[in-house]
Amino acid sequence: MTAMLSEKPPAGTTAASAERGPSTRRITIGGVARVVGLGLWLVFTLFPLYWIAVTSFKAPGSINRFPLEYWPGEPSLENYRGLFSHSNFGVFLGNSALVALVAGATATLIALFSAYVLARFEFRSKGAVMIAFLLTQMIPAFIALGPLYTMMSDLGMVDNKFGLILVYIAISIPFSTVMLRGFFENVPDALEEAAMIDGCSRLGALFRVLAPVMAPGIVAAFIFNFVNSWNELFLSVVLMHSEENRTIPAALNAFISTFNIDWGSMSAAAVLTILPTMVLFAMASRWIVQGLTAGAVKE
Amino acid sequence: MTTVTADRRRPAARAGGAFPGGRQSAFGRRHALTILAFLAPAIVFVCWFTYYPMLQGARMAFLDWNLWDLTSTPFVGFGNFTTVINDPVFPTVVANSVLWVVGSLVPQFLIGFAIALGLRKRFRFRGVYQALVFFPWAVSGFLIGLLFRWMFNAEFGVINDLLMKVGVIDAPVPWLADPSLAMLSVIVANIWYGVTFFAIMILAALQSVPDEILEAASLDGAGKARQLFSIIIPYISITLYLTVLLRVIWIFNFPDIIYAMTGGGPANQTHIITTWMINYTQQGNYGLASAIGLFVVAFLFVFCAFYLVAMRRSSR
Repeated sequence: MTAMLSEKPPAGTTAASAERGPSTRRITIGGVARVVGLGLWLVFTLFPLYWIAVTSFKAPGSINRFPLEYWPGEPSLENYRGLFSHSNFGVFLGNSALVALVAGATATLIALFSAYVLARFEFRSKGAVMIAFLLTQMIPAFIALGPLYTMMSDLGMVDNKFGLILVYIAISIPFSTVMLRGFFENVPDALEEAAMIDGCSRLGALFRVLAPVMAPGIVAAFIFNFVNSWNELFLSVVLMHSEENRTIPAALNAFISTFNIDWGSMSAAAVLTILPTMVLFAMASRWIVQGLTAGAVKE
Repeated sequence: MTTVTADRRRPAARAGGAFPGGRQSAFGRRHALTILAFLAPAIVFVCWFTYYPMLQGARMAFLDWNLWDLTSTPFVGFGNFTTVINDPVFPTVVANSVLWVVGSLVPQFLIGFAIALGLRKRFRFRGVYQALVFFPWAVSGFLIGLLFRWMFNAEFGVINDLLMKVGVIDAPVPWLADPSLAMLSVIVANIWYGVTFFAIMILAALQSVPDEILEAASLDGAGKARQLFSIIIPYISITLYLTVLLRVIWIFNFPDIIYAMTGGGPANQTHIITTWMINYTQQGNYGLASAIGLFVVAFLFVFCAFYLVAMRRSSR
């Protein structure tokens, strides 16, 4: 990492170090504790992922056998094969991908507009709009489940992917607005002022000048929305009935409603569910962190 | 990085002000139209699919509203609320909710703070480390519940196996079936999930503490502990207060892990208010569920009010 070069030497290493021997030693002990602590937490964090992956690659019989295998003795893809042959997991994957992609992209676009206005203009109801967005994060969503169901059924959109997408867009907008607003505020106004003086319309300035500069933030907001829709459970369970429309979390929910959970195929399903979101998050983690902390540390 | 973060935040104070013509004067009709047009889609969506159903849900709390029988949904006044309060499970659920929030939050905060301190100084693989520790976030609470349900499995669970290898326990423990251990188990899963959030928030705040202050303090002979308690913590106290508040609200409203691990059992010992609410929605009894939901909203409002007042007083 190039950044290592710019690191400042620890305070007082030069002149003061001679007479502050004990404090230098304390730093070393602290350094060891730091490495050990961070290391332990890393192991603790990654272990569940490791364990579910190992379970998914075990041959079906060897999951419930002692001694427990910490590495699959006879690695097998049987759990994955079973998942696709005994259930419609491929269909569920497709549904989740479609719903999360469309909802994530649309919500990000809509939030881009609202975030732009909230970052760049002053107007009287601005505070009210922000509070209204933030409040949605505070009220338990379950209170809306019943009415949402009757409303969607009146619209003929129960058990309908389009209906679910509309709801997911709505629940993604408030947070991505707050997040994108933080990114807008890091971009100087001069940029779009110049573009507009050069004859760009406001929309043109937003898409041709601002959007490219903010691309990482926009991608982060999209990934955040995608992952949230991909993971959403309760709305999907209530609004989708037929198996052909089921999303993955709802399918897993149906899995555990049976008395004997087949942990082999369950762990295979879990790995396939986690993998895409994990890759996306790892790619954009830096920007997601920036978006989150910009929104929260400021207010 | 420290200075970069600090600089990045500064334009925020300025943004919104300097715009063609300044914010006060040239704020004509065209701007109003732009604002309206840009905000409209977001507001329409949020009102239509979030606020409207929520308000309807609030109304439902005063109706006998059951999904399986929608032919009659009579007005029952505060009937649902008294049913909820008089339910013998209610005190348990309230106590569990408090335990769930406090038991998860305190360790999350302490571990998250420690990790943030550890990550404050750059080291070679810090970026990689952050991306890896980030992992719990990509997973839904529901799936995390399933992961831990499998690990806490009484017969073939890896946690029993490891603890027996180390010699902490002699025989397998039925973590999720034992009423006295189930809450501990779901809280462990939640701690695992929530530390990242604290670590990230606190790390961002730590990076806003100017190095110069700490250097000056250390030249004046302040040790690391003294720097932490006398400089760093006061400096970032607002972020700490707000992060804790956000998390209290969020954990309170977060049933997913419990739902997946125990479903509120055994013997209601892990039911918190929101899993209890889910229980009623699964029975189709949205009237009772909404009444519980309104309790939650009311409680959170009162809590936030007290919290913010206390926060203002102590930071003065």
